[in-house]
Amino acid sequence: MVSDRIFGLVILTVALGYVLSATQIQMSFLSDPVGPRTFPYLIGGVMALCGVTVLVRPDPDPDWPGPRTFGALALTVAALVAYAYLLKPLGFLLPTALAAGFLSYQISPRPVQATVTGVALSVGLFLLFRYALGLGLSAVPKTWLG
Amino acid sequence: MDILANLALGFGVALSPFTLTLAVIGCVLGTVIGALPGLGPSNGVAILIPITFTLGLDATSALVLMTSVYYGAMYGGRISSILLNIPGDEPALMTTLDGYPMAKKGRAGDALVLSGVASFVGALLATVGLMFLAPLLSRVAYHFGPAEYFALYLLAFCTLGGLASRNQAKAAIASCIGLGIAMIGLDNTSGMPRLTFGHLHLMDGVDFLVAIVGLFAVAEVFFFIESHGRNTSIGVRLERVTVPVRDIAASGWTMLRASGVGFIAGVLPGAGASLGSFLAYMSEKSIAGERGGFGTGVPRGVAAPEAGNNAAAGGALVPMLTLGVPGSGTTAVLLALLMTLNITPGPTLFTDRPEVVWGLIASLLIANFVLLLLNVPLVRIFVRVLQVPPWVLLPGVMMVSFVGIYSLSGSYFDLLLMVGFGALGYLLRKLDVPTVPIILGILLGNHMEDSLRRAMVLSDGDWTFLFSSPIAIGLWLAAVAGFVAPMFLRPLLRKPNAGSG
Repeated sequence: MVSDRIFGLVILTVALGYVLSATQIQMSFLSDPVGPRTFPYLIGGVMALCGVTVLVRPDPDPDWPGPRTFGALALTVAALVAYAYLLKPLGFLLPTALAAGFLSYQISPRPVQATVTGVALSVGLFLLFRYALGLGLSAVPKTWLG
Repeated sequence: MDILANLALGFGVALSPFTLTLAVIGCVLGTVIGALPGLGPSNGVAILIPITFTLGLDATSALVLMTSVYYGAMYGGRISSILLNIPGDEPALMTTLDGYPMAKKGRAGDALVLSGVASFVGALLATVGLMFLAPLLSRVAYHFGPAEYFALYLLAFCTLGGLASRNQAKAAIASCIGLGIAMIGLDNTSGMPRLTFGHLHLMDGVDFLVAIVGLFAVAEVFFFIESHGRNTSIGVRLERVTVPVRDIAASGWTMLRASGVGFIAGVLPGAGASLGSFLAYMSEKSIAGERGGFGTGVPRGVAAPEAGNNAAAGGALVPMLTLGVPGSGTTAVLLALLMTLNITPGPTLFTDRPEVVWGLIASLLIANFVLLLLNVPLVRIFVRVLQVPPWVLLPGVMMVSFVGIYSLSGSYFDLLLMVGFGALGYLLRKLDVPTVPIILGILLGNHMEDSLRRAMVLSDGDWTFLFSSPIAIGLWLAAVAGFVAPMFLRPLLRKPNAGSG
């Protein structure tokens, strides 16, 4: 109940914000009868309507995981964001080993096993992508290679 | 005669050693992906698409590889259904009902062989059906104008949304999210930037591959972390694998009927393989009656859903190829592949690029025989795959997703977007909001808007033009029916006491 009410409210807000942003779309002087704004308006309108429907008639709450699992999920998202930022400057091997090891640990919390998995996946995938599929990945930071 | 000549052209393409190798690789990869719990056809195909591009394959080869993976995953899904009681993918859900009980009776090998044969019958008949129905439908679709296309796109959203969730409003929200994302970027007609908020990264719009991999593959990893890796030890023993000739003969009619039902379910836009296997199982159950013993591990209960879901998988290719409207999540992903390869699916595909269509059909026929070989005599090899622990598999899936998306554009922005879509996909699925309509929206949004705007140009802004032809009216009615009907049918479509045992 509560989840869906929040969800409906969020969707409604997003839909209104969407329509509002759509009013800012610049028209070119050579335009067709519909123009670039109408379709976004339609989408935003239907979305707002459905948001209200969910708000008024919510479904039962899903089984949300406990705070610890939620923490683990949030941490995973943070780790993946960091991985996305580090992949280019640090090269493939180190960030991938860290990210894969971290994920492995999240699924099954055994440190040694996770470390081995991370390193093995990193090296294995690097060899696969670099040599079997011919992707231009750099293994280590570019500055190391001079 | 036309079909024979076309098929000859197709086999000319498909029988080249290179294409043949790709088909075999696709079949093996697909069966593995299907067998692994948590990796189904849609996310399996999704993470492989970026890699296909970096290999620099031409359109036909890429399509052959990916559809072989698709067919293979449909075969493979049954393996974990039967041995673990966990469907390898969603359409294989119905196979757990009789497959697992049959395996527990010590007949795991028989169940695997029987379901492999049923998959073969379903997929083969569907491919033949595709061969006949697709050119026919493309001839009808040739007469579609922008008003008809607009109604058709609407129909796809309505039927897909109607069946994908328990809540119509939530399915519609998902479609709107997808359509809304599709609007981001430069407007096709006027060239003006829309909803980019001044971000240079957003000028080209949101790449649908980023959204697909995020929503399907990354979100799946989040689900695994939530459940800390489900128990994936094999619950039953696979002793010996022989061919249960009597069972196969006894379920001959079941396979044929189930294939027919599945194929029709697959052709309907939006319905897809899950509905195909469901309807096939339910209709066979009611034909067999009380004495049929469905649900206790009878061979016919194993054969029906497998023939049904593989036939539906083939059927779902019909609207995707002829109309450009996918019939299921995985065909939506395949449509993304086509669009990135600069192939416009639709009626013109059959006249402009016959080598692509018929090469594809011919390689599907070949893939089927390869898959029968892989899934009956060699099935033991794939059973091994189930022993890959989730703490190796899921990090692997995530890393492959990252590298694939990174190799497309080399920008960290797409990676961040992918993680964002993953988190969004997790939250939405928790709230019972289906994610497939989002993909469909991103894929079709610009086409849908273009057809609306072209219709308005033709009619000089008269909105009644949208309902001016009989075909358009029929599509509008079907769309309304597709959206409303599930509200009444849903109580009937409840899954029959699954998960017992």
